[in-house]
Amino acid sequence: MRPRPDAILIAALREPERLLDVPLSEWGALIRRGRHAGLLGRLAFLLDERGLIGRVPEQPRQHLVSALTMAEKHRRDVLWEVRCLEQALEPLALPLILLKGAAYAIADLPASRGRTFGDIDILVPRAAIRDVERCLAAAGWRPSPVDRWDERFYREWMHQIPPMVHAYRDTIVDVHHTIVPPTARVKLSPSKLLETARPVANRPNVFTLGPAEIIVHSATHLFNEGEFGRSLRDLTDLDLLLRHFGSVPDFWPSLLARTEELDLLRPVFYALRYTQRILGTPVPDHVANAAGKRGPAGVRLRVMDALFERALAAEDLEDPDRSVSAARFMLYIRGHYLRLPPRLLLPHLVRKAALRGKA
Amino acid sequence: MNLAARAAAGGFFLRTGPFVFHVRSSMPAVTSGVALLYADHPVTDAAEFADFRVSVSPASGVRRYWRPQAIFRCDGFQPFKPLPAAQALPFLEWGMNWAIAEHAHQFLIIHAAAVERDGRVAILPGLSGSGKSTLCAALALRGWRLFTDELTLISLHDSAISPLVRPVSLKNESIEVIRRFPGATLSDPAEDTAKGTVALMKPPVESVRRADERALPAWIVFPRFGRMETTRLEPRSKAETFIELANNSFNYHVHGRRGFELLAGIIERCACLSLTFNDLEPAIALLDGLAERSRAAA
Repeated sequence: MRPRPDAILIAALREPERLLDVPLSEWGALIRRGRHAGLLGRLAFLLDERGLIGRVPEQPRQHLVSALTMAEKHRRDVLWEVRCLEQALEPLALPLILLKGAAYAIADLPASRGRTFGDIDILVPRAAIRDVERCLAAAGWRPSPVDRWDERFYREWMHQIPPMVHAYRDTIVDVHHTIVPPTARVKLSPSKLLETARPVANRPNVFTLGPAEIIVHSATHLFNEGEFGRSLRDLTDLDLLLRHFGSVPDFWPSLLARTEELDLLRPVFYALRYTQRILGTPVPDHVANAAGKRGPAGVRLRVMDALFERALAAEDLEDPDRSVSAARFMLYIRGHYLRLPPRLLLPHLVRKAALRGKA
Repeated sequence: MNLAARAAAGGFFLRTGPFVFHVRSSMPAVTSGVALLYADHPVTDAAEFADFRVSVSPASGVRRYWRPQAIFRCDGFQPFKPLPAAQALPFLEWGMNWAIAEHAHQFLIIHAAAVERDGRVAILPGLSGSGKSTLCAALALRGWRLFTDELTLISLHDSAISPLVRPVSLKNESIEVIRRFPGATLSDPAEDTAKGTVALMKPPVESVRRADERALPAWIVFPRFGRMETTRLEPRSKAETFIELANNSFNYHVHGRRGFELLAGIIERCACLSLTFNDLEPAIALLDGLAERSRAAA
């Protein structure tokens, strides 16, 4: 295998101590890659947690301190937004189920450390969508302006409604009613997912999915949606989640069972494979083998390896790598293929390409 | 090789206050401007580390010839739409400011000019049009040490301000006003920018030489130029000053409680004042007077 251009960053994620051996002359590219991939705060956190940040040379250390400060701000903000959401949705007497980053933060999982947060994702029963929208609007979140095509795209074909943006704080809430689009080739019963939600300690009305479901969702999001801009950050989330939950009794059997039940073996197979291959995540052999039985094999697997291992990279825009963009483009098409039926796939991609050309 | 040729070739490393920029440009307006404005700065052809890699390059395709445009990049990323090529030099300066304001959260950054006398810093916050940059340039040419005309960098550990010492951006009428000061060196003006006509003033050599000497703030002075006003220096409410400084900060919201406490401490130790002026000379005299009195009291 060719050496990865982001090898130092990957080594640092696996063993943060390795950063202390990085010569000053290599720190510039490391910071650019880390920043662009959304991983600078995480590197800073990993060093800080081990009491090593002070041993990084002065100039690069300032960038790490800055990124750590920004990550702390994001954490504060996301926890504050969750309180606001709790209040906004109180009249509905629904459990507030958080997904992705917000869930990691509220449950204080290692995957929330040194991380920045974008949109806040919540999961509600499909029947409650209109009420949720009404309550969010009353609390200041407005439907984001989307054109008729996008409106229809979201409402009919997606697993979420168009993002809602807060009028004053500009924070974005994505309201999901399931985790894969209803049009996707993989079918999933949302009620099975909702059943697994469990309350967060000391917050009786705030819920996250169960450990197995968190992994399934994170894996599906990363490997089926086709957006790879921050994919290495998402892969490190998966790595931290697997390391954390891996020590919980029954986690691995329940992961396999849930994956089977929800019919999402493929993305989970990829998640286990690439966290293991790229970040050295410990996955028990029997789990890897069981997941492997349902994954691609032979040439197909080698093709997917080549695509994912290129796409899951931290880029330095000063030294762009065409193979990364090419792999990401192919996976972008694949992501749309996986979630849209053919009659929608082509018109949607053509329209997106045309709009991109105009911008 | 001179600075202009080096900028066009592999680029050069420019140290300005706490930051090292790698600067590249093939555009003559940029290279000659940089050579003029940064002539006294520490510049090297090789450095182990640069905080930011910035470049201004001509847009390709039809924009190379028809209404030519310039593109700014920082670390390979293009944060702004292209601007007309005639504005390439101020574009580089704005881009460098952006890079700092966007990424340097190891500081509390206030949108303010800062100048120093006898180890005491005057922070001059102000919206554009307040006369902040003009006053800052004038003070820098009259014996105050230039820290910055845009980005006041405050340490989160000890409240000391780090000099940035970059060219001062002057707009419209203030260009001619400052040009008349002895010792002023200005770049060619760029016309029709978003801020009108812009020219950059080279920072005084003494300020560049002492760019590593930080200092504590002693005064917060809000300048306001008004042609019909009488020139006067008046005290200002500390609470109001706090709110104004927080609003004028690029990253106050990033620092949470630490930012609040830092800013409160600074407001506590500084004299908070409003400087209304219709002419630079009496305004400089009033600020010189402040510095005199502090020195006498010390």
